[in-house]
Amino acid sequence: MVPHPYRVRRRRRETHDTFTLELQPASREGMDDERLPLGQEDAERDIPIASPQPPSTVPAFLPGQFNMLYLFGVGEVPISISGDPADSTTLAHTIRAVGTVTAALRALRPGDMVGVRGPFGSHWPLSDAEGNDVVLIAGGIGLAPLRPAVYRILAERAKYGRVVLLYGTRTPADILYRRELARWRSHFDFDVLITVDHALGNWRGNVGVVTTLIARAPFDPLNTVAMMCGPEVMMRFAARELVRRGVPVDRIFISMERNMKCAIGFCGHCQFGPTFVCKDGPVLPYRGVKDLLTIREL
Amino acid sequence: METLRPLLAEHPFFEGLEPRHLDLIVGCAINVRFDAGTFIFREGEEANAFYIIRHGQVALEIFVPQRGPLTIQTIGQGEVLGWSWLFPPYHWHFDARAVTLTRAIALDGQCLRAKCEEDHDLGYQLVKRFAHIIMQRLQATRLQLLDVYGVRS
Ligand SMILES: Cc1cc2nc3c(=O)[nH]c(=O)nc-3n(C[C@H](O)[C@H](O)[C@H](O)COP(=O)(O)OP(=O)(O)OC[C@H]3O[C@@H](n4cnc5c(N)ncnc54)[C@H](O)[C@@H]3O)c2cc1C
Ligand code: FES
Repeated sequence: MVPHPYRVRRRRRETHDTFTLELQPASREGMDDERLPLGQEDAERDIPIASPQPPSTVPAFLPGQFNMLYLFGVGEVPISISGDPADSTTLAHTIRAVGTVTAALRALRPGDMVGVRGPFGSHWPLSDAEGNDVVLIAGGIGLAPLRPAVYRILAERAKYGRVVLLYGTRTPADILYRRELARWRSHFDFDVLITVDHALGNWRGNVGVVTTLIARAPFDPLNTVAMMCGPEVMMRFAARELVRRGVPVDRIFISMERNMKCAIGFCGHCQFGPTFVCKDGPVLPYRGVKDLLTIREL
Repeated sequence: METLRPLLAEHPFFEGLEPRHLDLIVGCAINVRFDAGTFIFREGEEANAFYIIRHGQVALEIFVPQRGPLTIQTIGQGEVLGWSWLFPPYHWHFDARAVTLTRAIALDGQCLRAKCEEDHDLGYQLVKRFAHIIMQRLQATRLQLLDVYGVRS
């Protein structure tokens, strides 16, 4: 699968190290842009770059899926889609700059080109969750792959019981999507609980790990589907807490963000026991991976 | 005082307690209210109570010179605040400040300590419950220390 050319429409700063790129399919004329020389081979990554027809709209995706974002001469990284699945004009990705490729993505300006392959991977079980309470648990950048699920749930709110988003992050300054969180919180039928690990005295919200919110959150454990994304340690502890509160293990789903390369089940880079995160994941039933989560290296 | 009995009986912290023990505890309980911004207790003061938060939110803070107060943890509705009343030298280790208007049931530590000395079964029941809370807080603190949201190096 070859990358399609996209242009940066907007780059929005979320926190000191995290930003959201809004991408739009590049027009034909944009394909001549020198910043993404199409028709070349990227020998190092072994990814053939052809001159595909740019799609006029963003391909449909399901909440939880990801794209491979490619920067010529720099590399390619898997990044979850963080935008609204109902928006067919813009593709949003929220990215934390941690290394070579993500830092280069941060340096992009409106009009710059990015190659996009995808969407890939499994999705949150939103249809299966209909008729149930839904608990979304996000840690840090893990809120990004859950945001499309929030958009979908809010658009189809009547299909679900109680819906609660539990979000943990490092400090108040690391909170993503501040304005949107405030907007979601203002819905009478959508609970948002936020907690931070550390705060100064002027913070009026919760301080403590995200697992402490599980005991306080209003949901009926036996009729709940839980979906979570965050650091693996956090997910391990949160899953245990959910089970302790009575949520059946097979109704807990997690998104695994182990590193990957080909994204098509070919290279084995993302293998996690018998599971290929790129092909079977990133959204996986907790029951299937819970024992693997404690294995040190895979 | 009698009116507090059902509130305490329903609280998960006292779940499974024998009625006679609950009676002893009710005798040490009063209703309290703290306006937003007021301190419930301050570091170094004598620890003579614990609180069952009925509504509101309390921040446990430590004052760091030149940085101001740092919040270590928040305690909300249904949760239990304070265990220093149980262990000598009975002094608070942190400040506790009501972040919002907070209503709570305060349990007099001196009164309870005396009753626990007289009735070790009651003492065991209380210590067991506080040990559980302390264990949960320790686990949460360890997770906080891991800084799980930090960038992997
Ligand atoms: C399915 C999937 C979805 C993802 N979604 C997002 C997303 O929405 N937003 C986002 O910011 N990131 C996301 N990631 C993580 C992202 O792919 C990596 O951060 C990125 O590949 C790092 O590349 P780099 O060249 O910038 O850093 P590198 O130079 O390759 O590495 C820099 C540092 O980051 C660490 N690192 C690399 N990959 C990961 C990872 N997967 N998790 C944690 N640490 C890592 C490395 O150990 C190293 O310390 C996702 C990963 C997967 C597998
Ligand atoms: S990334 Fe190559 S097999 Fe999954």
